[in-house]
Amino acid sequence: MQRKHWISAAALAAGLAWSGFAQAQTTVRIAWYSDGNEGEVVSDLLKRFEAQNKDIKVVLDQVPYKAITENLPVQLASGQGPDIARVVDLGGVARYALDLRPYLKDASYWEKNFGPFLPWMRPEGDSSAITGFMTQLTVSGPFVNKTLFEQSGIAMPGAKATWEEWGKAVKDVAAKAQAPFPLAMDRSGHRFFSVAISEGAKVFDEKGEPAVIDEGFKRGAKLVYDWHNNGVMKKELWGSVSGTAYRGANDEFKNAQVVMYQSGSWQIAQFDKTVGDAFDWIAVPAPCGSVGVCSGMPGGAGLVAIKTTKSPEAVAKVMDYLASEPVLSEFYARSLFVPGHLGIAAKGLDYQGASGPAKAALKVFSDQVAQLSPVAYKLQGYVNNRIIFNATISRLGQAISGEGTLDEAFKRIESDIAQQIAERKK
Amino acid sequence: MAAAETDPRPRGADAAGPVAGLLAAPLALLMRLVDWPMRALQRAVGERRMAYVFLLPNLGFFSLFVFLPLVINFVFSVTGGAGLFPSERPFVGAQQYAYLFDCASFLDPSSCREDHFWRGVYNTARFTVFQVTAMVLFSLLTAVVLNMKIRARGFFRAVYFFPVLLSPVVVALTWKWILQRDGLLNAAITSLGGERILFLVDPSWAMFWVVFVSIWAHMGCYTLILLAGLQAIPADLYEAAEMDATPRWRVFWRITLPLLWPNMVVVIVLALIRGVQTFDEVFVLTGGGPGTATLMIVHYIYETAFANQVQNFGLAAAASVVLGIVLFALTLAQLAASRRKGAA
Repeated sequence: MQRKHWISAAALAAGLAWSGFAQAQTTVRIAWYSDGNEGEVVSDLLKRFEAQNKDIKVVLDQVPYKAITENLPVQLASGQGPDIARVVDLGGVARYALDLRPYLKDASYWEKNFGPFLPWMRPEGDSSAITGFMTQLTVSGPFVNKTLFEQSGIAMPGAKATWEEWGKAVKDVAAKAQAPFPLAMDRSGHRFFSVAISEGAKVFDEKGEPAVIDEGFKRGAKLVYDWHNNGVMKKELWGSVSGTAYRGANDEFKNAQVVMYQSGSWQIAQFDKTVGDAFDWIAVPAPCGSVGVCSGMPGGAGLVAIKTTKSPEAVAKVMDYLASEPVLSEFYARSLFVPGHLGIAAKGLDYQGASGPAKAALKVFSDQVAQLSPVAYKLQGYVNNRIIFNATISRLGQAISGEGTLDEAFKRIESDIAQQIAERKK
Repeated sequence: MAAAETDPRPRGADAAGPVAGLLAAPLALLMRLVDWPMRALQRAVGERRMAYVFLLPNLGFFSLFVFLPLVINFVFSVTGGAGLFPSERPFVGAQQYAYLFDCASFLDPSSCREDHFWRGVYNTARFTVFQVTAMVLFSLLTAVVLNMKIRARGFFRAVYFFPVLLSPVVVALTWKWILQRDGLLNAAITSLGGERILFLVDPSWAMFWVVFVSIWAHMGCYTLILLAGLQAIPADLYEAAEMDATPRWRVFWRITLPLLWPNMVVVIVLALIRGVQTFDEVFVLTGGGPGTATLMIVHYIYETAFANQVQNFGLAAAASVVLGIVLFALTLAQLAASRRKGAA
């Protein structure tokens, strides 16, 4: 009987201790979307974090990209969002972001290594907050099917070739190789503005206010418009859908149907995995515009802390861990991402497991980071940049599909941007 | 009689055995528990008003999930800004409606401030007219054939109904796979020596396929409604017509169609409402393109409210109110038409 009492007492004590421990554990919820294998990689890293920090449980909600761009803003506005989110509309989400400085172990580490990218994630008018870091720095730029060039016997344009030269070359290659898509460009504002900025688009006036339609923008738009009319580009991407819908040609490129694909560095991992030995592919530096500018667009996904969190200390702990140099190096290396951490970028990354073409492509895009136009950086950091991107793709897409002229599209782009910015300021 | 008055067991307990009796006992207890308050309530409100008491729970449910969202939607339509909660949104009166109706010419969407809204209105109107007309005709034709004594009738009935069971997204993705550049249809055309057709890039083809796919996906449901109507027509009417040697087209015109009219009205109203509300299949199949050739009004509302960086809930809500009014008017018109026909 005595022994039974002891066992019961021990069981009760263990139960109480366990429930006390369970209550003490803080849950941090992360909303995460993936382009490639980065969800698996971060999941591995977070397991290690949990093993080292028994008081914090991290729940990784892996969601589709559309949930991040369309559902998350509504969740955040209603105060029901996650504690941390991986986002691409950095400016749009910035007003819901938590300033981590009071909770970080060493804020100077963040400023030193993420300095140029921190303003992208700050609320309008804030010049000092630290809200997150770039899980991936992307650079838009073209991939080329080298095998199609070789088979057609046409020389590939050089490093400083213009967009027009590339357009002519890929059209000739496609004609000889019978590839249906000479040039494909994602239906995306970032991709279009790579061309427009290279053609001299300034995007902003002297006061820093958006002044999107200028001669450079018009040259870029006309180039893309003409490509659709003379067969360099097909209407399947830009002319086949309406509004702000994104369309990519990664499947067509993997199937060797595209000679040149204007996309970006995030495609490397999947091309490395899926193209294999089917054909030779390379990334080439951003082609130049007629004014001598040769720029892609920077971009990427940031991991941002959300201010409605009930556990800012735990959130900061998770962020400190994920942003630490060894962890982030492993993350970038395993995901085949261009690093958004200056220290890691300076030391260089060993992309173990990547094939030769993938390593070469990563080098091309990493080298491009320093070559990007200041206008491109400014546009990426502009809080309302998605308004500009969406208005452009929607109206340019209409002109390409035959609904109205380019001049009408320019007027609509200007009025759409003005209306939406005015609505946001109400 | 006396036994029935004194027997406390629920009626039917004997016949159904001990299990049913066991199940019926708690029900009887529950009924006895609510008996007293219900009697008290009836005394208080009167017997005639008790109907409203019974309607109240359903009405409450309906109010919470239908009327309240309608009111909230209306409140959003008279506010502006990018805030989510009404308290964060400035009152702008009828400004959102003024934006929607700001047109130099209503016949030319490009002259309107919200040109996509008007393109959506015209596309939806065009889609609805073609789709509903074709849907009713094909459903009627199919129902008439399936009502005949043909071989494997059950199999054909199942085949025509099967697409209704599929998710709209599955339907759209399947057809997209068939219609795209390297799709099944183009493979067939090129194998026969024809030229590849970009069905989803050419505006007129895109609208044709949107209508076609919608009919393919939903026809089974309407066919079933009409088939039920056909089977309810008394056979002696047809026998009498046969004895009079009435021609078949006259039988159809004078007997089948008038007696099927109530079902036809249901089909027309349902198809019309579904046509005006169409979104999911078109969104996946064409994304509203090429350009805005298949952009429907609900797609415009979705884009305005959710896809843009500034989620313009006010403008989207105003467009929803306009859509709601159109749907309401259409339903009333159809009901009036059916009543007139019934009275005649």
